Amino acid sequence: MTVESTAARTSRRSASTKSTAGKRTTAKKPPGTEPELVQLLTPEGKRVKNARNSKNAEYESYVADITPDELRGLYRDMVLTRRFDAEATSLQRQGELGLWASLLGQEAAQIGSGRALRDDDYVFPTYREHGVAWCRGVDPTNLLGMFRGVNNGGWDPNGNNFHLYTIVIGSQALHATGYAMGVAKDGADSAVIAYFGDGASSQGDVAESFTFSAVYNAPVVFFCQNNQWAISEPTEKQTRVPLYQRAQGYGFPGVRVDGNDVLACLAVTKWALERARGGEGPTLVEAYTYRMGAHTTSDDPTKYRADEEREAWEAKDPILRLRRYLEDSNHADESFFAELEAESEALGRRVREAVRAMPDPDHFAIFENVYADGHALVDEERAQFAAYQASFADVEGA
Amino acid sequence: MAAEKMAVAKAINESLRRALDSDPKVLIMGEDVGKLGGVFRVTDGLQKDFGESRVIDTPLAESGIVGTAIGLALRGYRPVVEIQFDGFVFPAYDQIVTQLAKMHARSLGKVKLPVVVRIPYGGGIGAVEHHSESPEALFAHVAGLKIVSPSNASDAYWMMQQAIQSDDPVIFFEPKRRYWDKAEVNTEAIPGPLHKARVVREGTDLTLAAYGPMVKLCQEAADAAAEEGKSLEVLDLRSVSPLDFDSVQASVEKTRRLVVVHEAPVFFGSGAEIAARITERCFYHLEAPVLRVGGYHAPYPPARLEEEYLPGLDRVLDAVDRALAY
Repeated sequence: MTVESTAARTSRRSASTKSTAGKRTTAKKPPGTEPELVQLLTPEGKRVKNARNSKNAEYESYVADITPDELRGLYRDMVLTRRFDAEATSLQRQGELGLWASLLGQEAAQIGSGRALRDDDYVFPTYREHGVAWCRGVDPTNLLGMFRGVNNGGWDPNGNNFHLYTIVIGSQALHATGYAMGVAKDGADSAVIAYFGDGASSQGDVAESFTFSAVYNAPVVFFCQNNQWAISEPTEKQTRVPLYQRAQGYGFPGVRVDGNDVLACLAVTKWALERARGGEGPTLVEAYTYRMGAHTTSDDPTKYRADEEREAWEAKDPILRLRRYLEDSNHADESFFAELEAESEALGRRVREAVRAMPDPDHFAIFENVYADGHALVDEERAQFAAYQASFADVEGA
Repeated sequence: MAAEKMAVAKAINESLRRALDSDPKVLIMGEDVGKLGGVFRVTDGLQKDFGESRVIDTPLAESGIVGTAIGLALRGYRPVVEIQFDGFVFPAYDQIVTQLAKMHARSLGKVKLPVVVRIPYGGGIGAVEHHSESPEALFAHVAGLKIVSPSNASDAYWMMQQAIQSDDPVIFFEPKRRYWDKAEVNTEAIPGPLHKARVVREGTDLTLAAYGPMVKLCQEAADAAAEEGKSLEVLDLRSVSPLDFDSVQASVEKTRRLVVVHEAPVFFGSGAEIAARITERCFYHLEAPVLRVGGYHAPYPPARLEEEYLPGLDRVLDAVDRALAY
């Protein structure tokens, strides 16, 4: 139903209800349902310790002993990931990439959760988990092949236990669940983490993954980055309850965490992974964050959202708040930041050079790896293609 | 005893049992496959013998079944999933087409997806809507999938063994109206290649090509035609993707006429692909255009009409007459 038709119908019925016309297209949140976030580092850079908030206290123990070295490590991860992301956006603008899906603003959610993982855990990402890929040790330049159009996935998933980017929204939640069912069958104590977004929460595959993981008590963590926007649609178009509350209906816990707080994301993910390893089954973590950039380089957010909203989130920047904390607590000095700046620029340069040097694939790559055991038609068409290409060579040679 | 007479459903059951027994990574998944043994009892007794962690009753969600099977395959398992009926596969179609079929290529060959999707298919059993369809062409159009359909108990046994051993995803279409047809199964024989067609009856005047439930019908048609002095060759294609065009070509070069028979609608069906390719390969051998007999471009009809919709003996013989009249 369009806004116009609602308004027209309402106005015929009663002039007094006219003021509400147009609001009926979006389900309103029931009052008092905005939940509190798990937050361990405020936007001002203050650690939340010995919190009165009982939710915070529950998770704080997971980062209580974090060392200055580890804190600097998290900061470095976020800065380098943002630098890589900015370089990729620039490379798209320069025509070196066909498309880029920026993670700008989601660094804390990805680094916090990514650094909670063990090497033997397995990750099923969407197509925006560049920060998690970084934590897994996937070479950032390998992420760019698919966006340049030279392949559809340029790394070995088993090399870093980081599955290929999945573009169909929500599909990977089921792969993660199945993988976790296998982990449980093997009697292993590793865990699996599935990333998806607020838009994907509407997909049947995500709902089915909740059902399957709950029924089989699979050791999987569902890490939902609620960045508020599914391209142009706000979260209100996907749900009328906070997303983490969905878990309750499936019989496992859900928790909403400040997705711009790297310590909170680290702590809550560690807690959820510990549950998975301990045989307590799935957990849903909703990291409440914000997509500071466009959905992809093809998107234009000025058409659907206000600048003020972005400005409000800028004040909650994930990197800035950790920097404030590191400075205030004397955990990092000027030389640390200067060295990181230099490392950051070197990364940008390396990525730029690697992308520009990335060769186009061989034409016959079309026919490679279509099947593991071969297929007569693929062989036949490859031969036809070869003959067709060779026919030009004859002309040139004549 | 190695050779035993058994029905198609029992042959698949024995084949699954053998796979479970010989490879601990093989899993059976699906709705009602456990205690019930599936609605057609194809998995009867397997959960009792191999346990709930190998023979898994799943939630009633087809996309979830195939999606989790993909995840299990990535972990090193070889899931054999059952879709209860042909018309219920579509919630899983997305996972099959966008993930199962393409993940091996997407990974540049790094991961393999040895998943078998069993689909009881086809009509002739007087069922309600969505229980009688033949959607094989919808899958054959997708690169990355292999599509097979046995016509008899021996093939059902051996093709299932080969499908499970395949490192590629295989959609295994089971001819449900033939589930109770019995034939000799030699469980110690050495089977031929999975994707090779077989001449089940030699002839000289025309080739009938079919797979799954229509092979038996074509054999009956050849018997009837023989009484009128016509010699028909019957080819059991066995595999729809890849399709053994070499065997079809060899047969057509001999008989010079081809009629393709399937239950699926002829429009954009596998018969259309066979007609196009055989016309290309055998243009100077053909005495008549390749004709097709199959379903109509209409939803599968209510059971009381299915005899009119499905290819029957008379419609096959009518096509044979038309081809011979050229």
